[in-house]
Amino acid sequence: MQLESMYQEIILDHYKNPHGRGLRDPFDAEVHHVNPTCGDEITLRVKIDGDTIADVSYEGMGCSISQASISAMYDLVVGKSVSEALGTGEHFMTLMQAKGDPAVAEKLEDELEDAVAFAGVSKYPARVKCALLSWMALKDASARAVSTAGGQS
Amino acid sequence: MTQTASRPDAGAQRAPLPLDVEVIRADFPILTRTVRDGKRLVYLDSGATSQKPRQVLDAERWFYENVNAAPHRGAHQLAEEATGAYEEARAKIGSFIGAPETEIVFTRNTTEAINLVAYALSNAATAKEPDFRTYAVGQGDEIVVTEMEHHANLLPWQQLCERTGATLRWLGLTDDGRLDLSDLDTVVNERTKLVSVTQQSNILGTINPIAPIVARAREVGALVMVDGAQSVPHQPIDVAELGADFLVFSGHKMLGPTGVGVLWGRYEVLDKLPPFLTGGSMIEVVRMEGSTFMPPPQRFEAGVPMTAQVVGLGAAVDYLQALGMDTVEEHEKALTAYALEKLAEIPGVTVIGPPDTVARGGAISFTVEDIHPHDVGQVLDDLGIAVRVGHHCAWPVVRRYGVPATTRATFYVHTGYDDIDALADGIRAAQKFFGTV
Repeated sequence: MQLESMYQEIILDHYKNPHGRGLRDPFDAEVHHVNPTCGDEITLRVKIDGDTIADVSYEGMGCSISQASISAMYDLVVGKSVSEALGTGEHFMTLMQAKGDPAVAEKLEDELEDAVAFAGVSKYPARVKCALLSWMALKDASARAVSTAGGQS
Repeated sequence: MTQTASRPDAGAQRAPLPLDVEVIRADFPILTRTVRDGKRLVYLDSGATSQKPRQVLDAERWFYENVNAAPHRGAHQLAEEATGAYEEARAKIGSFIGAPETEIVFTRNTTEAINLVAYALSNAATAKEPDFRTYAVGQGDEIVVTEMEHHANLLPWQQLCERTGATLRWLGLTDDGRLDLSDLDTVVNERTKLVSVTQQSNILGTINPIAPIVARAREVGALVMVDGAQSVPHQPIDVAELGADFLVFSGHKMLGPTGVGVLWGRYEVLDKLPPFLTGGSMIEVVRMEGSTFMPPPQRFEAGVPMTAQVVGLGAAVDYLQALGMDTVEEHEKALTAYALEKLAEIPGVTVIGPPDTVARGGAISFTVEDIHPHDVGQVLDDLGIAVRVGHHCAWPVVRRYGVPATTRATFYVHTGYDDIDALADGIRAAQKFFGTV
């Protein structure tokens, strides 16, 4: 079976025991993203302190890939600066476009930590959007939080 | 080899299948390929699009290699022959549903056929020709659909209402996956201009009673459209018996090519509709100051049509008629009964839709406890089994039944008991893989 290449043990662990799940206060921005082709949904909040992502909280409904991706993202971005987190998001995007190329995964392994396990998903074009849903929501929420903060100062 | 022998371990009943699946499979070149590292293709996604028999592919190739020309233009021999082939297919496709060829309009697909009527009804309000205003929809008018509709039979009507100020109303669903007709007489009322309803749900498999809806629509003078995208490919249909004003369906779901669909309309209704798309070949006289249009069906076929695809659809109709639509229907009924039994044997599997074969077709949606449909679909795909996952372009339906999405298996003439056994085994494999059993 090829399935194991997609459903790495790390992914299934994040799916079954998601990190940081739940919607928390306080927050600076909340977004709701859906994947219109399959109906997967995520509500995501970000709290920013200065330039740092202090918290990401979320509720989601969807497949194991989309849900595990949020959990792995939570581990990666909380405590990072907004620009660092979005940079990591760009690299995750690169991984998702790699069509399973192991060289790309190897290069990004240190930075993406658990999220590098999604390399196998990039071999299945129909599932790439599942893994990217949370990152798109984070990008959107961060932009809103930053623009709100900018407006207030 | 016919598939009647029952496996000793199979609890579900295998009635002898009306169609010889092995003989039919030999007609479908794609079924000889393998997927995902050499696995036999188990194609259970005909509801999304059907596979094509060689006879259909040959007809398209024959057209391009021998008679290709733009129909209804030019006087050369090819143009004559292409027009002949195109019109002969129209007559054949008409007779497949008991309609004269003058009532058959070719569109791109079901979606476009529905949009054609929706736009004609809003164009009617501003039509110069008084006859074309007969069915105009405006403020105070109502359009009725059901909660069971594919997005293709919902959004065009939502949009029509937004353009015209009319109100969209709908019939709800019962908990067991059927249309709730208890408030039919209030939802369909004197203000109703058109009722559009699916004959067979693409997600629940439910076959809807059209007669009471038509009867009520007639009492109030409303038009009736039947979405036949999931019924025309799978059961015998006669438009005279149906009693509606419009029937729409797609070629690609009934063994035909993509890019061709059909709008059947009662001639006297079509005759009073203004065009949707305008341009070449739908005109009578064109002047810089204004133009007049051809009678139906040409009025609704602007531009060079999808001629080869229409010829291909004609071949698909020949293929289905040779099998016999009664037989096709019985075949799928036997498969559906078997599949419902097989799925019921698996703990954690819930069918979303009618639980038996009464007024039900072969579209079976289900959920598997604690496994998201995408993940079910992924395991099935790994085993070579193609199913559809998601909301099936019927988002209100999955919302109505409180599930985020479903996995759906659909059957057709080449489907056999072995395909359904593969599905059931695949679901169990998914449960094992995700550790839910």
